[in-house]
Amino acid sequence: MLEKTTALSRAAYLAPPYDYDELVQRDRVHQLIYTDPAIFTAEMTHIFGAVWVFLAHESQIPKNDDFITAKLGLRPIIVLRDSEGVIRALYNRCTHRGTTLCRLEKGNSNVFRCPYHGWTFNNNGTIRNVPWPDGYANDVTETRFNAAQIPRVESYRGFIFGTLNMDAPSLTDYLGGVKGPLDEWLDRHPGGKVAICEANRLKYNGNWKLAYDNSCDGYHVVFSHRSLLDMENRLVAEADKGMSYYKGRPDEQPMYMKYFGNGHHFKDKRPNMEVKPGAMWAVESPHPGMEHYEAELRRRLGARAPEALDLASSEPVNINIFPNLSILGNHLQVFEPLNVTETNAVWYGTAVVDEEGVWGDELHLINALRMRTQEGFPNFGEVDDLANFEEIQRGLAAFEDEWVYMHRGMDIPGRTVDLGNGVFKAPATDEMFMREYIQEWKRLMQTEPNVQIRREP
Amino acid sequence: MTAALKHDPHKTSFYITDALYEELIADFSSWQRDELVIRDMAERDLFRGLLEHEARLLDQDRLEDWLQLFTPECVYWIPSTPTGGDPRKEIAITFDDRRRLEDRVYRLRTGYAWSQKPKSRTVRMVSNVEVFDAGRTDTRMVRSNVMIAEFRGFETRCLYGWLGHKFVRREGKWQIAARQLNLVDCDQCIRNPSIVL
Repeated sequence: MLEKTTALSRAAYLAPPYDYDELVQRDRVHQLIYTDPAIFTAEMTHIFGAVWVFLAHESQIPKNDDFITAKLGLRPIIVLRDSEGVIRALYNRCTHRGTTLCRLEKGNSNVFRCPYHGWTFNNNGTIRNVPWPDGYANDVTETRFNAAQIPRVESYRGFIFGTLNMDAPSLTDYLGGVKGPLDEWLDRHPGGKVAICEANRLKYNGNWKLAYDNSCDGYHVVFSHRSLLDMENRLVAEADKGMSYYKGRPDEQPMYMKYFGNGHHFKDKRPNMEVKPGAMWAVESPHPGMEHYEAELRRRLGARAPEALDLASSEPVNINIFPNLSILGNHLQVFEPLNVTETNAVWYGTAVVDEEGVWGDELHLINALRMRTQEGFPNFGEVDDLANFEEIQRGLAAFEDEWVYMHRGMDIPGRTVDLGNGVFKAPATDEMFMREYIQEWKRLMQTEPNVQIRREP
Repeated sequence: MTAALKHDPHKTSFYITDALYEELIADFSSWQRDELVIRDMAERDLFRGLLEHEARLLDQDRLEDWLQLFTPECVYWIPSTPTGGDPRKEIAITFDDRRRLEDRVYRLRTGYAWSQKPKSRTVRMVSNVEVFDAGRTDTRMVRSNVMIAEFRGFETRCLYGWLGHKFVRREGKWQIAARQLNLVDCDQCIRNPSIVL
């Protein structure tokens, strides 16, 4: 049973009446898109209520009755696999007084009992019982007291997305061309699968779009991450570790970015490397246990060792799925807006699963290495990015200087290549992806989504 | 961790092995037992002094001196879950060996670590020190509570947690073989931690 919100709610989330063509131009955007609380409020529905938003990964809820708590924009939700195995996203809100039903971050339960007055719900969202029901003139187990849920929840190869917008395309159509890189990223793992294995959880005082603006940015690397590049190469004679290929003339490197439409983009740094097993491992900077586990894998696996070592290495890609998921290296980075100037950036680690036993007893060696390779960037790279995002937010308080630029590579003949079907390709150091995705943002801010919630009939 | 060094741990990492992980997990599991508390106040004072010294070195940005407190084959571990887990199977906030600990200091010294430019000013409070018997006279496990006040970017913030130190006595000196920092909010989003915690 679908339910539309009343005019009361709609009034609250309508985008402020700016001239959006003024606000978002070809080469620059107005600082208001990062600083205006009214825009932020509108984004929570016009963006986070309108498109498919990443909610969770299936490995977080592997068994029936498993749940985690998460958010859709600001909405508290419970993502779960119900007793029948159906993946759902319930609003974490008692239908009685609005109390959150679940205060744990994860667990396994077939019911959720509100700690306030004891209203109890099955994990498919239906109301199970309430204390002393004869105190109610009506039947409190009627449909309208079933927990609200996100009406459309779908998975793509383990990635669970949800949308409130009944007019949104199917999830696969929404992902469109970005499925290509995502498939390749998954298919390098045995069985085409990974599992989340905890996270580096960070936050910064800045607008959520500052992180998405950065997600495909190859221009900042040698500046923002100079300390990381220096550090990673301190023990080698010739700097070739980590992202060293950004040095010199990065515009002319074979790496590239692609924009796919719907705000999704992709930076592919693989062409900077040799195409052979072990090439990714060859540029890994030092990590704890590196020499021991490498020697052990080589001893045990012989000719297959380079492939195993690549599985422990960071994949040189950035796959950015609008608005809140950025797959980079082996991480799933999820952006969680908290308010107009505060954002969580959660870097979920991933482990190789290998259900078919392709790697046998050596799987645990691969993962023992892979855990350490994943801790490098959040510790030594992301900290400087987050500091720069915070300093952008501080700089934007100088509000009469209104414009934020994103025109690198623009209007240079032949620089951006139109590949048709709304797909564009450019050097990895251009800001093409920012200009394209922010046009999609602009379109969404001017379109009222068909937001509905669902209750079990 | 005690074998004669075949490899230079400042340059290569051969000592982070399954055996080391297993020893580490064992060392940092159920060690804080009442019956293992060492009641001798002189000994407690000795370790309290070592922890206060360590905190002061970090507060004074004497990171190179701080590195000298560790054994050559050390571990510096900040779990991302309250139980610590198995670092081979899950990522930690930080899991450094000797080389990476030196990387950490090196990066901060490059002058290009923007998140530490300007540097934070910090004050660490270490308290509630308890020393635990670890079954050997040359090894002690020490628990302390820690509060780190950090001034950066025109504001002051605080991090809270407890530390587990594994001290070993080498050549008459107590050195840190493993240091585990358990932040109270280790599984929550932390505002850009860019100092040495």
